[in-house]
Amino acid sequence: MDPLKTIKSEAVSADMSFLEMLDVLNEELSEKGEDPVHFDHDCREGICGMCSLHINGKPHGPQQTTTCQLHMRSFKDGDTITIEPWRAKAFPVMKDLVVDRSAFDRIIQAGGYVSVNTGGVPDANEIPIPKKIADEAFDAATCIGCGACVAACKNASAMLFTSAKISQLALLPQGQVERKERAEKMIAQMDAEGFGACTNTGACSAECPKGISLTNIARMNREYFSAVVSSNNV
Amino acid sequence: MVANPLICTLRLMANNPLIRVVSILNFVFIAAHVVYSAILTKQNKSARPVGYAVANGASNSPWASRNMGLLGTILLLFILVHLRGFWYEVKFGEMPMVTYEESGTIKDVYTIVAASYENVGYALFYVVCMGFLAFHLSHGFSSAFQTLGLNHVKYSPVIKKVGYAITILIPTLFAAIPVVMYIQSLS
Ligand code: SF4
Ligand code: FES
Repeated sequence: MDPLKTIKSEAVSADMSFLEMLDVLNEELSEKGEDPVHFDHDCREGICGMCSLHINGKPHGPQQTTTCQLHMRSFKDGDTITIEPWRAKAFPVMKDLVVDRSAFDRIIQAGGYVSVNTGGVPDANEIPIPKKIADEAFDAATCIGCGACVAACKNASAMLFTSAKISQLALLPQGQVERKERAEKMIAQMDAEGFGACTNTGACSAECPKGISLTNIARMNREYFSAVVSSNNV
Repeated sequence: MVANPLICTLRLMANNPLIRVVSILNFVFIAAHVVYSAILTKQNKSARPVGYAVANGASNSPWASRNMGLLGTILLLFILVHLRGFWYEVKFGEMPMVTYEESGTIKDVYTIVAASYENVGYALFYVVCMGFLAFHLSHGFSSAFQTLGLNHVKYSPVIKKVGYAITILIPTLFAAIPVVMYIQSLS
């Protein structure tokens, strides 16, 4: 394990977001001529999933949100905060707190899409979808691929992420054509990346900033079993 | 010896081929469960080669769900002790014999069980292990349904409730046997 390094910052205010705090800390370090702490971030509005930090033993810190939406008022003055990168074989650490999450991209590439023929623009609402189904699919689609589920899981399992993506498409009519193949290929890729398997602790869902539910994992398991027994792939 | 309906029932159970099938399948499934769990645990451990310096698992998941491997290992040891103490003795040990009107002379399992539970340590061991079993079941029962994809708005709450009932009932009833027999041995 990389040794933890304790860095002191004097300029933290309660109103700062967690990432602003790291910005300020890095300013201080740069002024002192030291190497800044490397961390990932992009949108800073809770939608991109880049800000992958394990804070005080929890992915994204004490609240069920993304790190960029966490504020320093969640901590006490004078606290020492332990920040670690996501720890998983499939998420190699690049530097300091930055991990490579491209394993997720490869899972999506394996089948997390719908193939469409080019041609005329289809009419809106051409395919009727019941509101309930649309809502369920949309709930699954809110997954931002942050990887907190993997970080929280004692098995570093990516089953919540993969199941959200599989569910989103399995629920919708557009996803039916590649349904079986998708389940088989995405799960095979997930295993090949070295993620662990689900033992249903529920830690993923409890830490997921988007509240993706465990019912998606059950659905993925159903999709997988039925694909394995009935798909044409041998 | 007096005619005893309980003895008749037990005798019937011991000779029933269905009971034999169930007990053999039980052994097979336990062995499969142990082997598969060991393989899975090894794979799952290797998915995180470098652990966290600080990890707050208690904030997001029940203790039992995170320690099924530990609980399972304890239960495996319990099963081995149990089999050595009773099953092995009955099959291969020197057994006292008893004669009943209904069934003739048979091995007197009751006497060796009663003798074992006279020992407070042995009885306590069974009770404590049933506690571990309760923890194992508290996660395992509903978890098995989730793994098989059997999750449904209508049935999942029922499965959860049945799981709680089994978690409490099975270990309690099994723990009651050594407790009652120990108390009987005192008088
Ligand atoms: S399921 Fe939740 S925790 Fe996992 S990647 Fe998606 S948004 Fe992040
Ligand atoms: S930086 Fe985009 S979700 Fe936090």
